[in-house]
Amino acid sequence: MAVTVEQPLPMSNPLQEGTTEHKAYKAPRLGSLRSPAHMAAWLVLVLMSILFIVPFLWMISTSLKDFSDLANSNWIPNPVTWDNYAKAFSFGNWPRWALNTVIITVVAVAGTVLSTSLVGYSFARLRWPGRDVVFGLVLATMMLPGVVTMIPQFILFSRLPAFGFQGSPTWVNTFLPLTVPAFTGNAFFIFLMRQFMRGIPMELSEAAKIDGASELRIWWSIIMPLCKPVLAAVAIFTFQGAWEDFMGPLLYLQSEHLYTLQLGLRTFDAVAGGAPAYNWLMAASFVVMLPVLVVFVLFQRYFIEGVTLAGMGGR
Amino acid sequence: MELVRPHTRATAGRWNWALRPAVREGIAGWLFAMPWIMGFIVFTAGPMLFALYASFTRYNITTPPQWIGLNNYIALFHDSRFYTGLGNTAWMVVVKVPIVILASLGLALLLNMNLPGGKFFRTVFYMPNVLSGAAAVFLWLWILTPDGLVNSALELVGIKGPAWWADPNWTKPGLVVMGMWWIGGNILIFLAGLKGIPEQLYEAAAIDGATGWARTRYITLPLLSPTIFFQIVTGIIGTFQIFTTAYLIASSSATGTAGGDLANGGPGQSLLFYVLYLYNRAFGKTGVGFQMGYASAMAWVLFIIILVITLIQLWLARRWVYYETEG
Repeated sequence: MAVTVEQPLPMSNPLQEGTTEHKAYKAPRLGSLRSPAHMAAWLVLVLMSILFIVPFLWMISTSLKDFSDLANSNWIPNPVTWDNYAKAFSFGNWPRWALNTVIITVVAVAGTVLSTSLVGYSFARLRWPGRDVVFGLVLATMMLPGVVTMIPQFILFSRLPAFGFQGSPTWVNTFLPLTVPAFTGNAFFIFLMRQFMRGIPMELSEAAKIDGASELRIWWSIIMPLCKPVLAAVAIFTFQGAWEDFMGPLLYLQSEHLYTLQLGLRTFDAVAGGAPAYNWLMAASFVVMLPVLVVFVLFQRYFIEGVTLAGMGGR
Repeated sequence: MELVRPHTRATAGRWNWALRPAVREGIAGWLFAMPWIMGFIVFTAGPMLFALYASFTRYNITTPPQWIGLNNYIALFHDSRFYTGLGNTAWMVVVKVPIVILASLGLALLLNMNLPGGKFFRTVFYMPNVLSGAAAVFLWLWILTPDGLVNSALELVGIKGPAWWADPNWTKPGLVVMGMWWIGGNILIFLAGLKGIPEQLYEAAAIDGATGWARTRYITLPLLSPTIFFQIVTGIIGTFQIFTTAYLIASSSATGTAGGDLANGGPGQSLLFYVLYLYNRAFGKTGVGFQMGYASAMAWVLFIIILVITLIQLWLARRWVYYETEG
């Protein structure tokens, strides 16, 4: 598959001078394969890359195989059965499930970006009594495993009234539990935002204040435009998390017309008399994965820099 | 430091003329942080406290909780499936976490050698990380079938591969093999840690005659120890939460049983991880379900287990994690 290889975008702030942790990028040259040890290391990397790509190619190969060819280990399907893609999507209400997934993902991304940037701004650029205590709480919740709050939250959502929204008396069996919490932020992304915003010189805010700008205006007109890399990273990770979430929809979406794509994939189990219809399953899985894959190829620098920042943040 | 602004009066807004700038900033600070504070109270702290209460009750959501004291906890500590779940989870922590860390550290060291194509390798190693969710689990379900891709490859070198998901002894090793596809994030974090080690240290060591292994042993590993520590802590917390993969595999016909056996956690309870059992108790459809009191007790016990393990690690860290002191 086509992968664009490009220089990473430094997540450190462009306005911050002299303090950037990134060293100048050294372009590797073929000449750097100077010793047998380097050659061996390079071969290991090549071999490992092949191992990492193979499962993916196998998925595409399987998705084009006929049932009669499924048990064989040939790579080129014989015959090549494009029809699998049509068959796979004839089993369930896929357009509906796709729409549901898009709605949940878009709302979750918007909510997360909005809330984490506001809260991050507060921790990074405003002084208020109790700030450090509250920030300590944010850090503490980063260590709180999600499954620990799973049952407590389910109990809460099963009691909260939805007043017939999406035909449900409570939040359970609606999109609300999968979207509303996004508007209250996420500890980890708040931390990323704060780290980034702290690097923007305070003088910019002071000057705007003298001109009479409100905090909301400074956040929106001055800080946000300078935060594009970190906003992109948060948006992308939230997109991926919401698109691929399985546990949340499994717990909260019971009616079939509310299913997301990930839940829909379960329809293929035992279609073909006992065994899952793997060719159809792989065809559907590939299509479900495709949007995230496209986003990755287009914005991979944000993924990679985001993970890097994440790792450094945890230190 | 309080800034004195002579302009304040001239540029005063409609309502804030009476407030000192520091007070205004304090109010703004609380308001900006309010989304998280509200979320913390409503979606985390509140439910956690209610679950603590619920853990001392019999509660199925539809009828009000009935106080039963410590009975849920007593039953839990006599529940053989609780120990099976803990055992299966501990197996994954003990086997998978070290393998993941060693493999990703090794690949990060190779990537850090600045060999040609480094960015391409990095991209390829990270790519599977964007493909999680059910789709990716189904792919591995297929790759590790008895006559799947891995076993075909093993056959080429004369090894007869196991039945993987259908064999209780091989389901967890199957999860470890599968997990190796997702070490890209770990590699990137190690790589960032390696890039953060100052070049001068290596230069100084070279003058002292340190090469190869000595460089790695006395410079790279100590300076990387905070990153290694971070990965161990997050790796253990993550492994304790295994759910989606176990759920999908246990409820799949690939286990050799049509429709799987979710209630028993796959073949021979081998995939009955802690969270899967907790899920079965809370939502299972086989008679034991909707025991929210019991499930709440399980959630709190898990919280305490993870907290204790993390605190022990923080304590141990003082002995082996090297933090650069400034000044």
